[in-house]
Amino acid sequence: MKWFVLALTVLVAMLASFATAQSNGPLRIEITEGVIEPLPFAVPDFVPNGAAANEYAANLSRVIAADLSGTGLFREAPVSAHISRVTDFSAPIQFADWKAINAQALITGAVSVSGGKAKVQFRVWDIFSGAELGNGLQFAGPVDGWRRMAHKVADEVYSRITGEDPYFDSRVVFVNESGPKNNRRKRLAIMDYDGANLQYLTDSSAIVLAPRFSPTGDRVLYTSYESGFPRIYVLDIGKVTRRVLESTDGIMSFAPRFAPDGKTVVFSLSQGGNTDIYNMNVSTGSRSRLTSSPSIETAPSYSPDGRQIVFESDRSGTQQLYVMPATGGEARRISFGKGRYGTPVWSPRGDLIAFTKQASNRFHIGVMRVDGSEERLLTASFLDEGPTWSPNGRVIMFSRETQGANGRSSLYSVDISGRNLRAVRTPDGGSGPSWSPLQR
Amino acid sequence: MTGFRITALAAVVGLVAACTSPLDDGNAVDLNGTGAGALGSASDPTSIAYFQEAIGDRILFAVDQSTLSDEARVVLDAQAVWLTQNPDYSAVIEGHADEQGTTDYNLALGARRANAAREYLVSRGVAGNRLKVVSYGKERPIEVCSEESCYERNRRAVTVLSGALTG
Repeated sequence: MKWFVLALTVLVAMLASFATAQSNGPLRIEITEGVIEPLPFAVPDFVPNGAAANEYAANLSRVIAADLSGTGLFREAPVSAHISRVTDFSAPIQFADWKAINAQALITGAVSVSGGKAKVQFRVWDIFSGAELGNGLQFAGPVDGWRRMAHKVADEVYSRITGEDPYFDSRVVFVNESGPKNNRRKRLAIMDYDGANLQYLTDSSAIVLAPRFSPTGDRVLYTSYESGFPRIYVLDIGKVTRRVLESTDGIMSFAPRFAPDGKTVVFSLSQGGNTDIYNMNVSTGSRSRLTSSPSIETAPSYSPDGRQIVFESDRSGTQQLYVMPATGGEARRISFGKGRYGTPVWSPRGDLIAFTKQASNRFHIGVMRVDGSEERLLTASFLDEGPTWSPNGRVIMFSRETQGANGRSSLYSVDISGRNLRAVRTPDGGSGPSWSPLQR
Repeated sequence: MTGFRITALAAVVGLVAACTSPLDDGNAVDLNGTGAGALGSASDPTSIAYFQEAIGDRILFAVDQSTLSDEARVVLDAQAVWLTQNPDYSAVIEGHADEQGTTDYNLALGARRANAAREYLVSRGVAGNRLKVVSYGKERPIEVCSEESCYERNRRAVTVLSGALTG
C-alpha cells in the first residue's frame, strides 16, 4: 500500500499543475426542472488484477455505465471511441485523449478476486479540470455481489456530480404477472432496481397485491387471497417466512404500509361494506381506528417523520387526497384539481406527494407539494397506477397497463421532472412496485 | 493529500434464496363465480347449476356505484327465496369492479357492492351467518375488452354457493 500512496503523491503533484492551467468550474450537474444536456462520461473496462478478475472487469464497467446512462443525466462516450486504454489503475490519466472524445467525466477502476471475495477500486476524474473528483474508494464483498459493487461505484459517481443522494444500490419488490387478463397469475418477486437478480418470493396459487418494503428493506407487507379473503401478511425476505397480520373473520384488510419506525403498520380494513384506515403494532397485533366515516378511506402513506398520514377518500363524492395526523383526527384535503386522485405516497425527502390521477379517461402519475400546491403530471396513458419513490426521491416507478383484451401490465420509471420515462426490464408483466431504501 | 482512502465496505450482499414453497390453498374461493361446489343438474331446482341458470347468480352495477338497480333487486329477491328454500347452502358474495380505477379503491368499491347485495338478502330473510362477502376489486374480470360492453359485465356481485356441509 505504501507504493500506492507514493504513486498517488506523484500523480497529485502532476494534476495540481495541470489543474491550475485550466479555469473550468467543478464538474457538476444541477438537476433542475429545465432541459438538461446529458453529461458525457467514459468508463473503460476496469483493470483486472489477476486472471480470476477478468470476467468481472468489463461487467463492472458496463453496469456502472448503464446506471449512469439510465438516469438521463449522463451519456456514455462509447468504448469503441476511446483513444486511451487504461491498463494500469495507477498510471497517469491521459486527459487529452479523453478530452478529444468529449468525455467530461472519466471513471477508472480495478478489480481483484480471491477466495470468493472481490475487491473493487475506482476513481472519478474531471477531464476539463484535469483533476480527481473526490477520493478513490474501495469496496469489498462476496464476488456473487459484484453487481452491488458496480451500483455502489455508480452511486458515488452520481452523488459526486449531482450532489444528490444516490439510489442505484437498491431493490424493487413487485407483483409478477403472467397469463391472460381473465386468468392472470400473480406472485411476488424481488429484483435489483435495474431488473437484475430477480427472485420469486411466493408462488401464484393465490392473488397477491401491492408489496411494500419495511424502512430497513428486510421485510415486505403485502395482501394475499390465500385464505380466500384479502388479508395482510408480513414476509421476512431473508428467511422467506411469512405470517398473517389481520385474520379476523368477516374482515378484509389491504393497502398496508410500514410507519418509518418499522413497528407500526397502517392499512385499510373493510367491514360491512365500509372501508376505513387503521394502524396496528406489528408485534402485538393491537389495532386502532384512524378514520371513521361511511366513505372509502384507503391507500394510507406516512410522512418520513411518521407524524402525518396522506390517504385517499371519496368523502367529498370523488376520490381525493387528504392529510391527517398519524394518530387520526381531523384531515385536510390537499387535492383540488379536476378528476380523481388516489394512491398517494409521501416522498422520502418529505417534500412531495406522488399520486395516481384519473381524468378524462386517462390515468396519470403526478406529484404535488404536501400542501397540494404545484401539481405536475409526469405521465399519461390508458392506465398508469401506483407510484413508488426511489430512495433519493428523484425517480418514481409505477405500473402501466395497456388497453384491450391483450392488455398487459409493466413497470416503468420516470424522473420527477417528467423526463426519462423508461420501461423496467422484467421477464413477465409487473405491477404494484415498491422501491427499497438504499442498501447498507 | 490523504492518500488512498480505503473504505472496506464489509457490506454482505444478502441475496434472497429463491422460494417457491407452495402456499396453503385449502380455502380457495372460486374465482370466476362459476360455483364452488358440485354443480348438479340445472333440471334439479335444488342444484347450484339451477341457481346459476334459472335464478341468476349475479347482479350488475353502474360506474363507480354500489346502489342496487331495479333489475338487481329482482334477481336478489329470487336468490333470497331460493336460499330460504334451500337452507343447506351458504354463500360467499363476491364484489367486483371494472379496470377503470386504482387497485385499492376498486377493492373498497367491490366490498361495497358485495355488502349491498348481502344486506338486501338479509333484509329478505336470509340468515346473515350464511352469507360472507369478499371483494376482488379489478382482479378477476370475466370480460377482457377495454370498452363499456365489457366493463358493465365486470361491475358485478356474484353469489357463489357452497354446500353447508362442505362450506
